[in-house]
Amino acid sequence: MNLSLIKPPLFIACLAPLAYYAWGVQADTLGANPIEAVTRGLGTWALNFLLITLTVTPLRKYSGWAWLGRLRRMLGLFVFFYAALHLTTYLWFDQFFDWPAIAKDILKRPFITVGMISFALLVPLAATSNAFAIRKLGGRRWQELHRSVYLIGLLAVLHYSWMVKADLSKPLIYALLVGILLGLRVWWRVQERNRQLAGAYSTKPLRRVISIAARK
Amino acid sequence: MLILRPDDIAPSDITPRSLFDRRREFLRLSAGAALAGMLPAAQAKLGPGRPSVLSSTEPPTPLKHVTGYNNYYEFGTDKEDPARTAHALRVRPWTLSIEGLVKQPKTLGIEDILKLAPLEERIYRLRCVEGWSMVIPWLGFPVSSLLKQVEPLGSAKYVEFITAVQPETMPGVRSRVLDWPYVEGLRLDEAMHPLAIIAVGLYGDVLPNQNGAPLRLVVPWKYGFKSGKSIVRIRLTDKEPLTSWMKSAPREYGFYSNVNPEVDHPRWSQASERRIGEFSKRKTLMFNGYAEQVGQLYSGMDLRKQF
Repeated sequence: MNLSLIKPPLFIACLAPLAYYAWGVQADTLGANPIEAVTRGLGTWALNFLLITLTVTPLRKYSGWAWLGRLRRMLGLFVFFYAALHLTTYLWFDQFFDWPAIAKDILKRPFITVGMISFALLVPLAATSNAFAIRKLGGRRWQELHRSVYLIGLLAVLHYSWMVKADLSKPLIYALLVGILLGLRVWWRVQERNRQLAGAYSTKPLRRVISIAARK
Repeated sequence: MLILRPDDIAPSDITPRSLFDRRREFLRLSAGAALAGMLPAAQAKLGPGRPSVLSSTEPPTPLKHVTGYNNYYEFGTDKEDPARTAHALRVRPWTLSIEGLVKQPKTLGIEDILKLAPLEERIYRLRCVEGWSMVIPWLGFPVSSLLKQVEPLGSAKYVEFITAVQPETMPGVRSRVLDWPYVEGLRLDEAMHPLAIIAVGLYGDVLPNQNGAPLRLVVPWKYGFKSGKSIVRIRLTDKEPLTSWMKSAPREYGFYSNVNPEVDHPRWSQASERRIGEFSKRKTLMFNGYAEQVGQLYSGMDLRKQF
């Protein structure tokens, strides 16, 4: 698969949500409260890209298209991109860079606290999303670090659900999707363990035990 | 009575020249206007209503935002949902029953309610608990003129407002996001305050469905959710009514829910608000800027505890 045919158009497509909001502000099509629409929209897209990124591996596994894995870094960086924009809208349009007020907000409001933690956890992942960092850290440690993406997914959904006033239906859909994507990983691990256990203890040693017993 | 007029006025001076020259068109237009007068009352303009000294002088929020950005959960929880779905609401026939601790319980038809008191224009600030605000030119009459009809008993201390549930027109009531019917309440002296009105219109016209047609409460010094929409029943009681939001989240929503920049919502600050149409935020005012008029209702109360 020639990725140079896929990557540029995918990159453009990933910018479409940003273009939608930029155009909407310009054309005044975002309703009565465009600032809120942009803030929430960018947050929603950060979460959407997180789900898309977490879908790459299952999709690759079940389709057999190994090249999908090579899109994961770009998609993951878009999670960071939209999360950073989402954070910027909060700092700017919500707080107008009033740092003491922001600090108070982070400490006092659990949904802001959780949002900030998820962003802080995204920063090292974005910073180490290059070949140099992988080499420097070593594959295993790099992978362990990047497992925090699952925690980020859970925290992001919590951030969303704590912000909502009463109707939890949308956060619950996101929770379900994150749950499925995480559940898949857990299931693969269990399967892998069973396979190893089966390989290591059940067949051969059992036969040995039986043969030893038979000898007696 | 003899009406004197100087006879040197030419007809063209009375009728604008441009219309005088388009006589046929003028006749057609007048016929149209006469026909419009024969349409049912619901489609005629209600306003403009008598101006009131209680009105704000701030510029009103554009009509498209007042009617396009609504919290009316019976029609969906997104702000744009009510404008899309509330057209289905059946607003005629409509009756309002007023009962409980009153001398004369009554059931009134909407036509009679509209004639109950002269309609006034009240331009009020509206502050939503979510942190945004608008300025809305309501058309209505004081809640007190409605309650006087039924003569509340001395034992009546509270007023409960019960709103419509129409499962066939309200997609939102199929979900249990709140306990239906939506219930709100006021203390009797709050309800009798001259600022508290029953709105039947806005911007000089009949109240759009998404804004709570045909009758809604407007209590401008409290968060927007206190102003129940599409009211069907009013009950006077001696016990504090349990409102829908108090049932849904008692820690977050108290009975009073007065606009108060010093008492935060447990999950977000109430110190500032975004006026719809503005970029910067403004500081939220105590009692939404109506402290001078309503402050004495709460003298001696700890507003942190009785939020």
